Amino acid sequence: MENHKDHAELAEVFNKDEQRVDWHDETLWWIRQKRDKSVNQIPEWELLRDTASQIKNNVLSNLSSYLRQFETKAEAKGVIVHWAADAAEHNQIVLEILKSNGINKMVKSKSMLTEECHLNEFLEQQGVEVIDSDLGERIVQLAKEPPSHIVLPCIHKKKEEIGELFHKYLGTPAGNADPQFLTETARQHLRETFLTRRAALTGVNFAIAETGEFVVCTNEGNADMGAHLADVHIASMGIEKIIPQRKHLGVFLRLLTRSATGQPITTYSSHFSKPRKDKEIHIIIVDNGRTVQLGREDFRNSLKCIRCGACMNTCPVYRRSGGHSYHNAISGPIGSILAPNLDMEKYADLPFASTLCGSCSNVCPVKIDIHQQLYKWRQVIVKNGYTTKAKTAAMQVMSWTLASPTAYHTAGKAGRLTLKYAPFMVNNKLNPWYKHRDMPEPPKESFGEWYNKNRK
Amino acid sequence: MTVGLFIPCYVDQFYPGAAIACLQLLEKLGVTVVYPKNQTCCGQPMANSGYQHLTGGCNDLFIKNFAEFDYVVAPSGSCVLHLKEHLHDEDNPQKAKELSNKLYEFTSFLTDVLKVKDLPARFPHKVGVHQSCHGQRGLHLSQMSELVAPPFSKPGSLLNMVKDIEIVPLNRIDECCGFGGTFCVAEEAVSSKMGIDRVADHLEHGAEYITGVDMSCLMHMEGILHRQGSKVKVLHIAEILNGE
Repeated sequence: MENHKDHAELAEVFNKDEQRVDWHDETLWWIRQKRDKSVNQIPEWELLRDTASQIKNNVLSNLSSYLRQFETKAEAKGVIVHWAADAAEHNQIVLEILKSNGINKMVKSKSMLTEECHLNEFLEQQGVEVIDSDLGERIVQLAKEPPSHIVLPCIHKKKEEIGELFHKYLGTPAGNADPQFLTETARQHLRETFLTRRAALTGVNFAIAETGEFVVCTNEGNADMGAHLADVHIASMGIEKIIPQRKHLGVFLRLLTRSATGQPITTYSSHFSKPRKDKEIHIIIVDNGRTVQLGREDFRNSLKCIRCGACMNTCPVYRRSGGHSYHNAISGPIGSILAPNLDMEKYADLPFASTLCGSCSNVCPVKIDIHQQLYKWRQVIVKNGYTTKAKTAAMQVMSWTLASPTAYHTAGKAGRLTLKYAPFMVNNKLNPWYKHRDMPEPPKESFGEWYNKNRK
Repeated sequence: MTVGLFIPCYVDQFYPGAAIACLQLLEKLGVTVVYPKNQTCCGQPMANSGYQHLTGGCNDLFIKNFAEFDYVVAPSGSCVLHLKEHLHDEDNPQKAKELSNKLYEFTSFLTDVLKVKDLPARFPHKVGVHQSCHGQRGLHLSQMSELVAPPFSKPGSLLNMVKDIEIVPLNRIDECCGFGGTFCVAEEAVSSKMGIDRVADHLEHGAEYITGVDMSCLMHMEGILHRQGSKVKVLHIAEILNGE
């Protein structure tokens, strides 16, 4: 059915280097702890989460009117608004804006939407050079890899590996992995890029319907450097990025970075309102499957996501399998509930890449019931036939056995006898449990058998 | 008060000691306990694998076995959570709802219904407490580290009544053990690694026993402890609370 490696296979590869898994796990856990310390300084934290969730409920129920209001307000200030039904339309719009300005080099700050749309690959095929200006994104771009985390794109890379990449591509001395030195090198390299690019693309964290302005949050100021120096600023946003009023930023900006990294606020939360004289601002408003998700009652509130990445940092599976094991632009728990909407067959494995521990839902600043949606996606995926015949057959036998007390008692006894007298039947490499874990020791009788003898 | 005792399938088959401890402690506390013999499973193994539509037989059987009791108690947060969220009866939805409302995980039945204030138990050992996710985050048996909210713990309050017990601290107080039902074989690599890491936290803090409200997590950690040749044992919380 599938010709790509699924999450379990990719995670197994990741786990071949246990020290690396430990390092990855500890790094992300440290960020989760920073988040905990930060949110515990806000006594009204849970109220803030609840408020954000309710504002987003309002947004999702009135999406079309807020988007039209935003469009009207933005256009009134001279911003050019485009609508893209899908990734292909979005990419084509970007290309046309560049072409009409005679531009073939662009600088781009962090935008998960453009990752989702595979914009870089598309533009490169069209002869447009794109340089990512977020440091982490630049690093994975040099490594020719996708980001492994939505907030920390190169969190899977050790500083020595980054040193090697910089040595190869930016000419730093071999063996130098000093973070400060490497950062300074990147700064010089990007400065030249900022100064010479006539077009800059940024993402959008929040678009405000009331005013037609949009807010871009970065820690590095790279969105501002790009946008302020370029003649053409293109901002790509998913339709769900809208918030009704400017005052609602007072809720979302407090939640975003505390959840993401434990910082009180992003270093730069920049408001873009209208183009400067003789410059252009384009906003591309993208659907790409979001309205389909909006129509799925069980999954619509996944569109509340503000892309903080807290669910990834807390997820014990993500920490031990790495972002690339999710083979999707957005990884981790939130990626696992967004991806099947885009392609149920390709991403049929992702909702199963979870123990349903529920930690993701608890850290989510907009209270998306992520683990409940993982459970629900499992049902939808199986009902749509994206499962294996062997699994279905096994589940049917299990279901039949467990629905019949006689069959259950016979099977239970047989199982215990097998473990007792023929443990080689299960203690072998065909049983995945046995690879790292022993089977339980079989007791001489079940509780049911004990009860029959000892009560009544 | 008559309580129907629901013993999850794998506890029945592999951990009768945990079930016996539940039964005996409930009896000691003056409760009339009945164990319906035709019970099997809550249906969660199918449901969590995406086959909730195959759980009708388990639902019918569960309702048939347990609908008539004043309360139903089970030594598992995970099975109870599954039933509370998904037990249904197409012909009589109300009946399923009433049953799931009187369904309790074992420790919360002791703290919330029986309102146990003291126990005659003694357990002179160092014990690590594993917070099973479904009991903790699903049934709210104890506060969750992600939330900004005052701490509490139903299983912890019961363990505090046990004489001479020493609860060891942990680096990560409520991280999942990686069992996750069929996840433990479907995602073998990550599942095992999660179990190994969880066990290491308890070992680092000198636990002689690991306890919790769910035998499934404990079974997972026991499998890892045995493989490592560790002498550390797992015990269902009922076995400690029902101690000497």
